[in-house]
Amino acid sequence: MAPARTALPRLLCAGVRSARRWPGFLRKATPGPAGPSGRMLTGAPNPARSEPQDDHDLQRKILDLPLKHSDFFNVKELFSVKSLFEARVHLGHKAGCRHRFMEPYIFGSRLDQDIIDLEQTASHLQLALNFTAHVAYRKGIILFVSRNRQFMHLIENTAQNCGEYAHTRYFKGGLLTNAQLLFGPEVRLPDLIIFLHTLNNVFEPHVAVRDAAKMNIPTVGIVDTNCNPCLITYPIPGNDDSPPAVHLYCRLFCTTINRAKEKRRQMEILYQLPSVKRAEDSGTAN
Amino acid sequence: MAAPCVSCGRALSARLSLTVRASLARRPGHWKPSAVDWQMGAGSQRAIAYLFPSGLFEKRARPIMKHPDQIFPKQRGTPGPEMTGYVVWPRQARCHAIQWGKDGRPFHFLFYTGKPSYYSLMHEGYGKVLQLEKHKGPLPVKTQHSRDLIGSRWLIKEELEEMLVENLSDQDYMQFIRLLEKLSTLQCGPAEEEFVQRFRRGVAIQSKKQLIEPVQYDERGMAFSTSEGRRKSATAKAVVYEHGSGEISVNGMGYLHYFPVLQDREQLMFPFHFLDRLGKHDVTCTVCGGGRSAQAGAIRLAVAKALCSFITEDEVEWMRQAGLLTSDPRVRERKKPGQEGARRKFTWKKR
Repeated sequence: MAPARTALPRLLCAGVRSARRWPGFLRKATPGPAGPSGRMLTGAPNPARSEPQDDHDLQRKILDLPLKHSDFFNVKELFSVKSLFEARVHLGHKAGCRHRFMEPYIFGSRLDQDIIDLEQTASHLQLALNFTAHVAYRKGIILFVSRNRQFMHLIENTAQNCGEYAHTRYFKGGLLTNAQLLFGPEVRLPDLIIFLHTLNNVFEPHVAVRDAAKMNIPTVGIVDTNCNPCLITYPIPGNDDSPPAVHLYCRLFCTTINRAKEKRRQMEILYQLPSVKRAEDSGTAN
Repeated sequence: MAAPCVSCGRALSARLSLTVRASLARRPGHWKPSAVDWQMGAGSQRAIAYLFPSGLFEKRARPIMKHPDQIFPKQRGTPGPEMTGYVVWPRQARCHAIQWGKDGRPFHFLFYTGKPSYYSLMHEGYGKVLQLEKHKGPLPVKTQHSRDLIGSRWLIKEELEEMLVENLSDQDYMQFIRLLEKLSTLQCGPAEEEFVQRFRRGVAIQSKKQLIEPVQYDERGMAFSTSEGRRKSATAKAVVYEHGSGEISVNGMGYLHYFPVLQDREQLMFPFHFLDRLGKHDVTCTVCGGGRSAQAGAIRLAVAKALCSFITEDEVEWMRQAGLLTSDPRVRERKKPGQEGARRKFTWKKR
């Protein structure tokens, strides 16, 4: 696999920075081949070669339109600094547990307990939710990972409600790096991994953080004051131990993903893709 | 290299003189290739002798097809309408159908854990526990449901593996059983009961399997029942009469005469003494084989089995628990080469 070839288009399609900041030659780069060996970044089922050109153009339009807006899915309205405060997202661990790389995100310390800067949290959260929405819009596989037993059940339910996947159990060694052997030669790896708890039960960084970085899978992660935000693509500094906070995150991710999928369905119907139309016709015929 | 013996030399020479075609055509039903045929015969005969060692017409050597379940074992995964495939990965013991659709998205939401069926069961069970705890509280309730659990046992690990078509570890299995136990202690509704009962298997109650001989009546109208018993190499047949005065006759002789040793007579007495019916039954028995102790044991077993037809079920259960109705499986152990007896080794000499 060519990591460089798949990495660049992924960065391109990230809704973080608008496309005009990138030089022209990178903008024109086409996504990787839609073969069974590589992960299909676009996610959308590519039409066969014999299909007419306008179908291909419609597909490109559907996929390119959201990238032109900075907040196509309007994720800003789902939360506010006040709602984060009420969900106790700003509470961190004691100063002794503080991780060195979390210092930029910490507002201050009150009675030896670190307080996370909610302004930064809000901006990071907006970026992360926007990215999640774009991945879900492009029919990517999203994997929720956590190793906290208190919220295991909730996270699995959240994943089920969104129609995505969860892994809150013991993480087997080569799950991401050796997936060909574990699952089969044509398995499709997740396109986004969301960490609701970055640490495992012994307070060490979860193995999936490092493995996702190795496999070029973008990650979104809630990092508390004792976590290492280095390898996570979209860190969200915030509390990961209080029930209201975790419930809030689950609700936010669930809403974003459902919203993005709904939008995709609407766009397909709006542009009235021949493939969709044919599927509808065959459905009605059956 | 089988050298033909003197006695069948004539047969061999007769065979040698025959041509290949003639020998086959002569008696097709009885032709069996032997070593001689293989060496002496021409190409086709040798080929047939090699490929079909039991001959062309042996009925028991016909090819039989295996049951489809043995060729295609139960596989995990619900393939969609487009994607059906039977694939075997080299490292896994269990075979799986393809578990993702045409676009590559897996069907099960816990696919990436590696054990989706097992973890989805745990998820379901834990969900039920949470629900019940929310309604009723975390403490266990009165065990009115323990009655449902009597007479059944939890699934063993192999059965669970077979049910889920996945490989499990011992810890996984223990966790699962713990979860089910917790669920069964909480007061649960019919849905949870059904969930728990799926993982219980009935245990056959041993006492119900006891075969009770039917009571027969002889020409004088006396009720009796017969039974057999074995011990080591002695076999005994006993006829126990319902009403009698405690007389026992063995091979036509009185028991005192046949068994001069007290220990053997105690063995005969044991079933009656156990049931407090010492002088109430008559026994007529025949015994052969074995030694004196084995014959006494055989008669004891036969008498106990025959007595079952005259007593209550509880008493049968007591006799079974006392060991009166179990035939003793001990037999003489063979002597092994390099040893003096079955267990005794030769004297060890240091030098």
